[in-house]
Amino acid sequence: MRFSQVALLTGLMFLLSGCNLVVLNPSGDIAAQQGDLIVYATVLMLIVIVPVMALTVFFAFKYHKDKTDSAYEPDWDHSVSLEIVVWAVPLAIIICLAGLTWVATHRLEPYDDLKRISAEKPLDPNVEPLEVQVVALDWKWLFIYPEQGIATVNEAAVIVDRPVEFKLTSNTVMNAFYVPEMAGMIYTMAGMETELNAVLNHAGTFEGFSANYSGNGFSGMRFDLHASDEAGFDAWVEKVRAEGNELSREAFVALEEPSKNNPVAYFGAVEAGLWDKVLNHCVGDDEICLNDMMMVDALGGGGVEGLYNRELFRGLCSADDPEALFLMLRDEHASIKSEIISAMTLLPPAHDAPLQQSTPLEAN
Amino acid sequence: MANVHAIAEAAEHVNNVHWLWGKITWDAHTFPFLYDPIIAVTFAGVIVATLALLGALTYFRLWGYLWTEWFTSIDHKKIGIMYMVLAVIMMVRGFADALLMRVHQALASAGLFELLPAYHYDQVFTVHGVIMIFFVAMPFVTGFMNYVMPLQIGARDVAFPFLNNFSFWLTVSGAVLIMISLFVGEFAATGWLAYPPLSGLEFSPGVGVDYYLWSLNIAGIGTTLSGINLVVTIVKMRAPGMTWMKMPVFVWTTLCTNVLIVATFPVLAATLALLTADRYLGTHFFTNDMGGSAMMYVNLIWIWGHPEVYILTLPVFGIFSEIVPTFCKKRLFGYTSMVYATCVIMILSYIVWLHHFFTMGAGADVNSFFGITTMIISIPTGAKLFNWLFTMYKGRISYELPMMWTVAFMLTFTIGGMTGVLLAVPPADYVLHNSLFLIAHFHNVIIGGVVFGIFAGINYWWPKAFGFKLDPFWGKVSFWNWVLGFWFAFMPLYILGLMGVTRRISAFEDTFYAVYFFVALLGALMVGAGLLAFIVQILVSILKREELKCGDDPWGGRTLEWATTSPPPYYNFAFSPRVYALDAFHHMKEHGATRPTSGFVPIHMPHYTGSGIIISGLLTAMGFGLIFHIWWLAGITFLASVVWGIAHTFNYNRDYYVPADEVRAIETAGNPAAAGAE
Repeated sequence: MRFSQVALLTGLMFLLSGCNLVVLNPSGDIAAQQGDLIVYATVLMLIVIVPVMALTVFFAFKYHKDKTDSAYEPDWDHSVSLEIVVWAVPLAIIICLAGLTWVATHRLEPYDDLKRISAEKPLDPNVEPLEVQVVALDWKWLFIYPEQGIATVNEAAVIVDRPVEFKLTSNTVMNAFYVPEMAGMIYTMAGMETELNAVLNHAGTFEGFSANYSGNGFSGMRFDLHASDEAGFDAWVEKVRAEGNELSREAFVALEEPSKNNPVAYFGAVEAGLWDKVLNHCVGDDEICLNDMMMVDALGGGGVEGLYNRELFRGLCSADDPEALFLMLRDEHASIKSEIISAMTLLPPAHDAPLQQSTPLEAN
Repeated sequence: MANVHAIAEAAEHVNNVHWLWGKITWDAHTFPFLYDPIIAVTFAGVIVATLALLGALTYFRLWGYLWTEWFTSIDHKKIGIMYMVLAVIMMVRGFADALLMRVHQALASAGLFELLPAYHYDQVFTVHGVIMIFFVAMPFVTGFMNYVMPLQIGARDVAFPFLNNFSFWLTVSGAVLIMISLFVGEFAATGWLAYPPLSGLEFSPGVGVDYYLWSLNIAGIGTTLSGINLVVTIVKMRAPGMTWMKMPVFVWTTLCTNVLIVATFPVLAATLALLTADRYLGTHFFTNDMGGSAMMYVNLIWIWGHPEVYILTLPVFGIFSEIVPTFCKKRLFGYTSMVYATCVIMILSYIVWLHHFFTMGAGADVNSFFGITTMIISIPTGAKLFNWLFTMYKGRISYELPMMWTVAFMLTFTIGGMTGVLLAVPPADYVLHNSLFLIAHFHNVIIGGVVFGIFAGINYWWPKAFGFKLDPFWGKVSFWNWVLGFWFAFMPLYILGLMGVTRRISAFEDTFYAVYFFVALLGALMVGAGLLAFIVQILVSILKREELKCGDDPWGGRTLEWATTSPPPYYNFAFSPRVYALDAFHHMKEHGATRPTSGFVPIHMPHYTGSGIIISGLLTAMGFGLIFHIWWLAGITFLASVVWGIAHTFNYNRDYYVPADEVRAIETAGNPAAAGAE
C-alpha cells in the first residue's frame, strides 16, 4: 500500500511538473498557505482513497466468477467489526480534516489582518497595510489608491512584502477579484464592501481577473498587478500622477459605461469621497445614497410623503452634508438630530471624507 | 443612476410590447438563425429531422398508436420509459452544447479563432447546465424511480397515476420551451443558476432569462408533483409484509430523494417566482437598489441547489445497490448501515449550501461550519462505497455491462468525492472556486456517479422493460469510450484549475493552455463516440431482439420487479406478492415459490386520459406568451388550462376492472407450467 501511495504521488508529480501550477506554487504568502493546505488535505484523504481504490481493483479481479478457488459466501452480509472500521476510519480522517479546516479557515480569513509576511519573515507592526479600493465595473477593474490619491483602470501595483488591504465592491453585477499568484478570490457585490488582506513576496507582474461570470465582456476583465520594491512603486505612482486626469464624479459616470477589453487608464487625482459614493450608488447627480435611504428607512421612513423621496431629493448625500439628511426625515426626528448625525458620520460613508457645510442641493 | 436607467428601460419594454405579438419583432433579434450561420445550420438540421420524423410517424400511421398507448398513458412503466426517451433526446442536445464549448475553448486558447461570439458562448454554457441538470439527469432518475420503484414494492401503479402523467408532460413542457429558445429569441446568458443582479431586468433585458424562468417554473411544478406522488406510493402502497427494513435499497433512496424533492423544489419555485416578480412586476427582491439583496437569491437557490445534487445521486446509489448484489451473487453487505447512510445524507444535504459561496465573505466561523458539515457527508458516502466493496468480497462477480459500469463508477467517483472534500476546505476553495478544477470536480461526480449509474441501470433493467438484453458489443464500445473519454476530458480541467484558469471564459490572452484544452476536446469527442455507441446499441438491440431474448429473470434478480414477467403486464402483478424477507424474490426462489397459475380475480385499473398532455400543452403556450409578453395568449391559455383541469375532475369514467379471463390469458401465455395447470 505504501509503495502504491508513493508511486501515485511521484506519478502525479511527474505528470504535473511540466506545467506551471500557479495555485500550488504562487508568489504570495496567503496563496502559498492555501496551496499548501490543498496538498495536506489531499494527502490526508489519500489515506482512505488509495486503499479503497486498490481494494476495489483487487476484489474485482480476485472474486471474478471464473476464479472458482476464491472463497464464496453468498449469505455473508454483516460484520460488526468491519462496519465499525467502515464508519470509524473515514470519521477519524474527517475529524483531522475538520480540525485543520477550522484552524486554517480562521488563520486565512481574508477580512483579518495578516499575521506574517511570509514563512521566514514576521510582520513589522510599524508598517501599515497599503490600502487599495477596488471597483468592478462592466467590464473592467478600477483601482483607487486613497493614500496616493490616484486611480487606475485594469492595472495595479503593490510593494513587495508590504501587506495590502483591498476593499472591494461592484458597480453593477457580481464579480470575483482573483490574483492566483497573490491570494484566493473574493466576490465583489454592488452596495456591499468585501475585504481581502494579502501580500506578494516576489517582484514581478502577475495576472488578475474576474473569477465570476459577469456578462458579455467578462473574458476581457483582466489586469496586470505589478509588485516591486518601494522605489519602483513610487515611480509607478508618479507615472500615474503625471499621465492622468482627475477621477471626478463626471469622469466616473463616463467610465462606468459598459466596455469590453478596456485599455489601461490612469487618473492622477481622485475626487474626495468617491469610493463612498460608488459603494452607495450615488455617483450620478440624480441618486440618493443607499446609506441615507437605509437610515431614513430605519427611522421609520418619511411617511406617505417619503414615497417620493427619490424624486424629491435626488443628489442628496449625507457624506457631503449631514444636515441634508433631515430634509427627508419626518419632523419629529429633529429632536434626536445629534444622535443621527453622529451615527451617520461614524458609519463608513463619512469616514475619510471631510465634512463640508455646503448648501443643500436644489431639491425641489 | 442605475435604477433610473432600469426603470426607463423597463418602461420602454412595456411600451414596446405589441398587443398581438408582444416582444416578437419579426427580425434577426427574435429569429437569430437569420444572421448566425451556426444557428442557421442547426435550425435547418432540426427542421429536416423533425419533418422526417413527423413524416415517418404519419406514413406508418403511428400517431394514433402513440396517442392512445403512450402520450395518454398513466401506466407508470410507460411514463418511466417516456422520461428516459426525453432524457436521451435532451442529452444529445446538451452534449452538442458541451462539444461546442470544448471546440470553442480549444480553438480560442490556441489563438486560432473564436468560433462563437461571447453573446452566443454565454448562452451555450448556460443552456448546457440547465439542460443537463433539469432535462437530462432529472428525467433519467425520475424515469428509473417511476419504472422500477412500484415494481419493487409489488404495487400495480403509483398512488396518483394521472398526476404522474401530468408531471411528465409538465417536464416536457419545460424542455420544449428551452428547445424553442434555440431558434426564437435567445436563452439566458447568465450561468445555469441565473444569479441576479445579472439575471435582473437591468442587466438582462432580453427574453433569455424569461425562457429560463418559465421553463423551470413549469417543469419544477411537475417535479414537485411527481415527488409527492412517489413518496405517497412508497408510504402507502407496499406489498403486504414489506416493512420499512425489508424495502430494497433503491426504494429507500427513492424515498429519500423524493422527500428532498418535496422539501426543496418549493424553495426553487419561490426563488424563481421572486425573480420573476422582479422582472415582470417591478419588485426589488434581488436588484441592486431599493433594498434588494442579490445574496438572498444566492442563498435561496443553493438551499435548493445542494439537495438537488443528492436528488440526482441518491437514486443512482440505489441503482448500484441493486446491481452489486445481483452480479456478485451475494447479499448486500450492511443493508442497515446503507439505509442509515442514505437517511443521513438526506438530512445533511440541507445544511451545507453555503459551501457554494465561501468566497462571498461570510466570515471564518460560518465558512468553517459549512465546510465541516460538507466533509461529514463524505462519511456516510464512504460507508456506502465500503458496503459495495464488501459485497464484492467473497462474491462471484460476473462482469456484465451493469457491473462494468459499477466498477468504473467506484473508481471514478472516489476521485470526485476526494476533490469535493478538498473544495469543502474554505481556504482551498478560495483558490479553486469557480475554476476549471471545480468544473472537473462536479463533472467527476455527476458523470462518474450519476451518468455511469444511469447507464448501469439502463443495461440492468432494459431486459425487464422489453424482454431482451441490450447488445453487449456496442455496450462495451459505449462503456470504454465514456469511461476513458471522461478521464481525457476532465483530467486536463483539473490541471487547468490548478493553473488558475477560471470557468466560463471564452477568450484567452496566451496560448499556454491550448494543449490541455485540446486533450479535453479529444476526451469530449470520445464521450461523443460513447453516446453515439449507446444509441447504436439500442438500435442494434432492437433489430436483434429475437437473438437477445432472455426470459423473465436474466440476471438472477433478487428484488420483486423480477418476480413478474419481462416485460411486465400492464397491471404488474396478477396478485399482490407477499413479502417475507429482504431480497423478496431471491427468498421466493429459494423457497421454490412460483407464479400463481389459477384463481385469477378481476383487477381494478385506471383509464388512460389525455388531460395531462393537453393541460401541459396549454401551459407551454402560456409560458411562451409570458416570455414574449403576449398577454392575450398567456391569459387565454392559462384560463383554458384551469377550465380543462376543472372539467377533468368531473370525468367519472376513470377506472375499470380487467376481467379475470383476460388476466388468465396474459398470465398463462408463454408459461407452459401454467397452461398445464389450467
